[in-house]
Amino acid sequence: MTVLWVLLGAAVGAPLRYLADRWARSRFGDDFPWGTLGVNVLGSGMLGLLAALPAGAGLTAFAGAGLCGALTTYSTFGYETVRLLEDGARRRALVYVVVSVFAALAAAAAGAVVASFVGA
Amino acid sequence: MPDGGTVRTTAAVSAGGMVGALARWGLTEAFPHAPGDFGWAMFAVNVSGGLLIGVLMAVITCGPRVHPLTRPFLGVGVLGGFTSFSAYALDVQRAFQAGAPGTAVTYLVATVVCALAAVYAGLRATRPLVRRGGRP
Repeated sequence: MTVLWVLLGAAVGAPLRYLADRWARSRFGDDFPWGTLGVNVLGSGMLGLLAALPAGAGLTAFAGAGLCGALTTYSTFGYETVRLLEDGARRRALVYVVVSVFAALAAAAAGAVVASFVGA
Repeated sequence: MPDGGTVRTTAAVSAGGMVGALARWGLTEAFPHAPGDFGWAMFAVNVSGGLLIGVLMAVITCGPRVHPLTRPFLGVGVLGGFTSFSAYALDVQRAFQAGAPGTAVTYLVATVVCALAAVYAGLRATRPLVRRGGRP
């Protein structure tokens, strides 16, 4: 049963990431991977919130491993960073990595703080 | 209304995402770790996913023509759903909370460095193998 919740969450999360990336590219251009940065930070915040809530196994599988897991990505983050480096945009690559990591960690921490209020 | 191409592409991403997430979930369930320990399963998922996206993108951008849904299905879907930034961030957070800041920082830095190196290695190793007349 748990596996079905993971599949269902991923079936929603992965296309949301794709559509967010397309929207961000059309809105802000191709110079910086705003779309991937946005979904990675948002998904990390949502997972931080979920992990700190007393959620059942089904919800954890659907929203955590499925939705947040597939909404966020490391492979595209890595590819975009290497492409920026290959294009000579070293500063942008560095900013992308540092901002991605620290904003995702801050979002996960903020999610846990929100959960402590909701759960109280 | 989205056009047919967008619907097909989004469906391919969704299907691929399910395959990738299933593999990630299976691996992290099979190899669980305590909150203060190094999350080897997720580390391996994110690094191997980086290597594979490097190989795939080298094939797609330098190799012979492939089916137009190859990148949406395999790249955005399977590998995007396989790897995860949120699981990575949560692993770091949990290691800090478990009182293991050394493990947290090691995992944080090692994943970034190894995943980026894997993407680069995948791209560089594959490009010469697939390069066909004239395409850069």
